[in-house]
Amino acid sequence: MPGIKDRVAIAGVGCTKFGELWEKDQEDLLVEAVYEALDDAGITPQDIEAAWVGVLYHFTGISGGTFAEPMKLFGKPVTRVENFCASGMDAFRNACFAVAAGVYDIVVACGVEKLLDQGSSGLPMEGGHPVMTGASAPGLFALAATRAFHEWGWTREDLARVAVKNHKNGVSHPKAHFRRAITMDDALNAPMIAWPLGRFDCCAMSDGSAALVITRPEIAKTMKHKDDYVVVKANALAVDSTFPMYRPGYNWLGFPATKKAAAMAYEEAGVKDPVKEIGFAEVHDCFTSTELFNMGDLGFVDPPKAAEAVRDGMTEVEGDIPINPSGGLKCFGHPIGATGCRMLYEVTKQLQGRADGMQVKDPVLGMAHNLGGPGSVCAVTILGRHD
Amino acid sequence: MVAIASYGAYIPVFRLGRQEMSQAWGIPGVPGERSVANADEDSITMAIAAGFECMAGIDPASVDGVYFASTTPPYTEKQCASVVASALDMRHDIFTADFTDSVRAATVAMRAACDAIESGSAKRVLVVAADNRPAEPETMWEQLLGDGGAAFLLSADGPATVRGFQSVTSEVIGPWRRSSDRYVRAFEPKLDTQYGYMASMLAVAKALAQKEGVGPKDLSKGVFSAGDPRAHVGLGRQLGLEMPQIQDTGFLLLGNTGTPQVLMMLAAALDAAKAGDKLLVANYGDGADAFLVEVKDAFPAVPGKRSLQTYLMTKRMLPNYNSYVSFRKLMDRDRFVPKSSPVIYWRDSKMELALYGSRCRKCGTVQYPPPRVCVQCGTKDELDEAKLSHKGTVFTFTLDHLVGGEYLNTPVPRVVADLEGGGRTFLQMTDCDPKEVSIGMTVELTLRCLHEGAGFHNYYWKCQPVRGG
Repeated sequence: MPGIKDRVAIAGVGCTKFGELWEKDQEDLLVEAVYEALDDAGITPQDIEAAWVGVLYHFTGISGGTFAEPMKLFGKPVTRVENFCASGMDAFRNACFAVAAGVYDIVVACGVEKLLDQGSSGLPMEGGHPVMTGASAPGLFALAATRAFHEWGWTREDLARVAVKNHKNGVSHPKAHFRRAITMDDALNAPMIAWPLGRFDCCAMSDGSAALVITRPEIAKTMKHKDDYVVVKANALAVDSTFPMYRPGYNWLGFPATKKAAAMAYEEAGVKDPVKEIGFAEVHDCFTSTELFNMGDLGFVDPPKAAEAVRDGMTEVEGDIPINPSGGLKCFGHPIGATGCRMLYEVTKQLQGRADGMQVKDPVLGMAHNLGGPGSVCAVTILGRHD
Repeated sequence: MVAIASYGAYIPVFRLGRQEMSQAWGIPGVPGERSVANADEDSITMAIAAGFECMAGIDPASVDGVYFASTTPPYTEKQCASVVASALDMRHDIFTADFTDSVRAATVAMRAACDAIESGSAKRVLVVAADNRPAEPETMWEQLLGDGGAAFLLSADGPATVRGFQSVTSEVIGPWRRSSDRYVRAFEPKLDTQYGYMASMLAVAKALAQKEGVGPKDLSKGVFSAGDPRAHVGLGRQLGLEMPQIQDTGFLLLGNTGTPQVLMMLAAALDAAKAGDKLLVANYGDGADAFLVEVKDAFPAVPGKRSLQTYLMTKRMLPNYNSYVSFRKLMDRDRFVPKSSPVIYWRDSKMELALYGSRCRKCGTVQYPPPRVCVQCGTKDELDEAKLSHKGTVFTFTLDHLVGGEYLNTPVPRVVADLEGGGRTFLQMTDCDPKEVSIGMTVELTLRCLHEGAGFHNYYWKCQPVRGG
């Protein structure tokens, strides 16, 4: 199997400002992100041969028309991708495979979500069994945090440190929803959302869109970013149980989908020692506790020690493995379909040395980790500078 | 011969001091407290809870009929007994019926059950009764009423015999509700007390005593339903009974529980009875029913079965009248209604109501909800039905403030619980203080009304701290 390593390049990226964008609809957001990516790649809409768009909620958009209609690009193959909160990165993954297969030369992967049109108190509840589900997203992830408090002695202070770090990073990012540093007291004194997660442990409801132009390296060499295009080193997806709540024996200490996707990605990229080899990571900090679990699941640290590692500065922008130098979901919020693509936008620009916010020092490899459902769908992408 | 094979009672955990109600409205207060059904409880859930107590240690497949009695049936068109039978995991080839429209429905159902057994059309019939009657705010009815349930399993044999049914009918306008009335209505009670209650109760009690040849001295207890304590004692006196022979109505601790009242009193009387005791039971409502219960043997002790006394003693006081207002949904509020489907309710009823999971034949893993493919070993379609335990241990939990996109100040505890004997579930915790939820705590399952999605009552399991455990 040839795999995907070094066979796909990112030729351009675009991202809207994330936030409570009351005056904009999904059309505004998608058009802004895609046109920015096209400008970045130096191409026009007509150069797009196919597209994949990541969307979770039907009220944002259904069908490939979510992309084709606002772009007024009709008659082209467009696929809507939904895979929980990993929808955006799965759109990217499918786009990569089409390019690697040689079916298309230039395609777009993008994601968009317009959450605020539905109000801002938590994600809208959709589908599911009438009586067997029903917990909020914070409630589901809190089940894991409670367990880590019990087994590993993590505390609300440990969670708060993650929020403080990510908010510190987000201050510099012009496209972040929140650009305000917070204190430990701010985090600890915020209202409880789902014990043990308080408001600053949770990412916000935000609107946004992000897009990537994808091609093969040999074509990228002829395009605008011919000197600093970025290549895909690995691209993995793992789907675990949608109802881990009912799974006998599941220990709730981390998320199996992340462990599996990370193992696949490391093998494909040839990464042996992630902390040494990966320059930085944009990880799915939908909740501060999730960021701590991710550190263990991604093999950055012995899982129970994640809290200690954050305390010791391991994940600061100057640390051994900077995590969420953009500010993460904590500062961008989480317009579901857009998040995976927003992470890839960030990783690409970091690797090119043109990060909008905090620039990580000279990274060679960067990781994006997109986690969906109650820890049940995980996409991991490793990008690198081209040879 | 017809006998009582078993009996059980249920009282909601929440109580409200009557002074809270009198203070809230600035009206006179009656001493004591009343029971208050939680917002997720109704007559079906309370009847089921009492039914589980009654059926403890008894095979539900041995029951040929379920009779549900209540003046507050959650459905006015659609049977309630069928919900009770499903939750109690009864056979499907049984006779189910609802008895309603009068608090006498409990003894009407008892008489019908006894007739069925005597006629040979059934060997065992479970009678369940429950009420949570709606009281008009700012009236004494709020203080007088209470909520609860009771269940009796009638059978061809059992430790106590039932015989001598006497009934009268009478047309006196006592408490009533038209189908359009939200609350119990009542005329000045003296008319009903004298010409309804006293007349009817004396008539059936005397007829029964004469027929069975029992005098006041032969009776260990008179078990008389009553809304008015003075009339209650007066009735006993007129029948020649001394105070110790008159079974307490539980008014001071519970309030008048309506339909199940007489059966809850009988349960309390039987708890204290000994072999040879005779109890005269009489119940009022648009006439009256009476029957004689004679205790032959002590009822067998069943491990884990809780007495009425246990339910009385395990209680949580509501802090104020507002809690009652909230439980009873007396304030108009926009409420989030989750989606539901009668199709899913029907298809999943054995899993949802009787709480069946499955056990893999290959690896033995007990799992819930029952899958086609084993979650543990991946074997397809080799799983057997497994009835799950109603007791478990909290593995992890959260206190969720976000419900249906709305921020609630009091969070909903949601717990992942490992059930005794296998199976893991994800349930809301009810009847608790969220602060007391912890990993490792023992919980018991309780069937509640989860929501009203698709416009019907979506009953499902929640868990609660073990009562009297």
